[in-house]
Amino acid sequence: MAIQEHSATEKPSRGSLLHDPWVRGLFYQVVVVGLVVALGWEIISNTMANLARQNIASGFDFLDYTAGFGIIQALVHYTETSSYGRALYVGFLNTVLVAAIGVLFATILGFIAGVARLSSNWIIAKLAYLYVEILRNIPLLLQIFFWYFAVLRSVPSPRNSVTFLESIFINNRGIYTPRAIFQEGGTLIGAAFLIGIVGSIVLHMWARKRQEETGQPFPSVLSALGLIIGLPVIAFFVTGMPVTVEYPVLRGFNFVGGLKLTPEFVALVLALSIYTASFIAEIVRAGILAVSHGQTEAANALGLRPRPTLRLVVIPQAMRVIIPPLTSQYLNLTKNSSLAVAIAYPDLVSVGGTVLNQTGQAIEVVGVWMLIYLSLSLTTSAFMNWYNQRMALVER
Amino acid sequence: MAATDFHFVRDEMAPVLPPPAATGGLVGWVRNNLFSSLTNTILTLIGVIILRLLFEPLVKFAFINAMWTGENREACLGHHGACWPYITDYFSQFIYGRYPISERWRVDIVFAVFALGLVPLLVPSAPFKRANVIFMLIVFPVGSFFLLTGGFGMEIVETSNWGGLLVTLVIAVTGIAASLPIGIVLALGRRSKMPVVRLVSVIFIEFWRGVPLVTVLFMSSVMLPLFLPEGVNFDKLLRALIGVTLFASAYMAEVVRGGLQAIPKGQYEGAMALGLRYWQMMGLIIMPQALKLVIPGIVNTFIGLFKDTTLVLIIGLFDLLGQIQSSYTDPTWATPTQSHTGYLFAAATYWAFCFSMSRYSIFMERRLHTGHKR
Repeated sequence: MAIQEHSATEKPSRGSLLHDPWVRGLFYQVVVVGLVVALGWEIISNTMANLARQNIASGFDFLDYTAGFGIIQALVHYTETSSYGRALYVGFLNTVLVAAIGVLFATILGFIAGVARLSSNWIIAKLAYLYVEILRNIPLLLQIFFWYFAVLRSVPSPRNSVTFLESIFINNRGIYTPRAIFQEGGTLIGAAFLIGIVGSIVLHMWARKRQEETGQPFPSVLSALGLIIGLPVIAFFVTGMPVTVEYPVLRGFNFVGGLKLTPEFVALVLALSIYTASFIAEIVRAGILAVSHGQTEAANALGLRPRPTLRLVVIPQAMRVIIPPLTSQYLNLTKNSSLAVAIAYPDLVSVGGTVLNQTGQAIEVVGVWMLIYLSLSLTTSAFMNWYNQRMALVER
Repeated sequence: MAATDFHFVRDEMAPVLPPPAATGGLVGWVRNNLFSSLTNTILTLIGVIILRLLFEPLVKFAFINAMWTGENREACLGHHGACWPYITDYFSQFIYGRYPISERWRVDIVFAVFALGLVPLLVPSAPFKRANVIFMLIVFPVGSFFLLTGGFGMEIVETSNWGGLLVTLVIAVTGIAASLPIGIVLALGRRSKMPVVRLVSVIFIEFWRGVPLVTVLFMSSVMLPLFLPEGVNFDKLLRALIGVTLFASAYMAEVVRGGLQAIPKGQYEGAMALGLRYWQMMGLIIMPQALKLVIPGIVNTFIGLFKDTTLVLIIGLFDLLGQIQSSYTDPTWATPTQSHTGYLFAAATYWAFCFSMSRYSIFMERRLHTGHKR
């Protein structure tokens, strides 16, 4: 017979090595590796030569040297005599702080605006539309400048502060609010708060299990509220009210005491959260619209009232669409917080820039930045992949 | 008979009932959309209050209390509104920066050719697309490079004298034009079957997408000079352009990858069955379809890049925002409302650019959504 029989394992003959896809693939990959290595070698050798010429020692020894510059906002103890490494750590904490508070406000504002865009009330819907379309089309840096230079820097001096309720003072040095100072026994209140949170989680799990088994509902939300608020309040009175409130007082040219929010911090949080919220609003709107109307109708046909329909049918399905882009907006917000350098809020990039100028250790400082931001991004995308897998539709 | 007495004949007209509550017309619309229930009414009132709180000061500032003419700060002092003569006075600086006044016609020509070349490219029904693309991607960049920098008998203008909208547009347009081919190559690399190529592409894309643009710009301005051999030096604008291009190409690669994934497998198989080689298949069958699909995505990347160009002021370039920011140091126009006026002008300009682009992207999205999606 003329028909040749090929066994499954035998490779078909290609005639020449030149036409074998495996060989060609190998060749191209070797070429790519060669190019990458050559480029890397070129960069490294140039850099070594340049560093040697400029007398810059490479390595991370400079992290232990005295920084010698002050930082206007530090969450941990920091003085001018602290080391560069400590300064970078302070900057990192400030980045985390501004990102965390920004994410919180952006989420609240974004969800309100996103739901408002779908409101049946014409004015509310249009208002939300205006908000989204105006704010997301204006560069973030411009918004930061606006809040910082045009708003917070042009308020009166401390002597003529804008005052609310005789306790909150706004002036060009910052925003001063009363601060609660915990004395002895104050930790007990914090502990009670934590116990309240843990207790309500346990309670919720128990209530859910019981409802699945017996069908009896339990008001877990209300009791959780009671636990989280009630326990600390009880602890507050039991320990004999160990909290005093410190009010800011005008002394000389400035305020003393109380909690001081720097204008840089407030401007950055305002701009970041308002800008990011306009994107979150669109995500929320798209997510809610992605739940088909049939779902609502089916829930209504089953006799669910509007609130349970929203809570049990629409929101869980909308969240599946909302969460992945929402996480990437959180990540964007964190990365955008690096614009702090433009108004000298001491975040990681801003502090790192000062360190870079003082020491000339460009590669090391940029390396630290890249490492921290990259690990934040990669952690977030890892979370996103995990969430997507967990939430993926289980099809029949 | 009693049984037959139940008949009823109306001998007078029934009283005229009041008309039903309006469901159409203006009244009905207002009733349905603003006051349909108690909560709705409250919401309407809240909305009106917010609108008033936001827009009354804005309108007052920009129009009613604004000063429209004047020579210097004296005109605007004492007014609680915008100081528009400051903008008129500085307008040419906001557009050209410190570009020599006698040479500004060169910038004008570049702007005009750019607009003339771009419009037929954006209108889907305009002819000569291919020639137009080649013109815009090869002839125009080379021509405007020589026109803007000088040479050939024209005065040489250092890029440190460029500024304002010119720098903003140069960075945004170069960034997007250069990142498109790099992005396409990276996207193909990421979908390649060769593990090394795929790994290199993934690392490149994820690295640039994972770090903020500010650090990329710092990197290109302080680290790039270290990477280059002795004697080779790039000017500041070029360094920023390299940073922006690398950054944008990673985002572009993800957009293009989205397009590639949307092309059904049958297209690849069909191309292979016709005996096309890899690059023929990509160039003739896959890319034309994929790129068309992702036009909205490309426009959105461009909008993001356009807004991000403001960041170059951090490394000391004067784009539109940087130019406005630096004009505040001029005592001629120093008034309490100067910065507000400048930011309002900047916001309006950026908004006009970005909003029109996002409208275009929505328009293309609708146009491309022709219903044969799978």
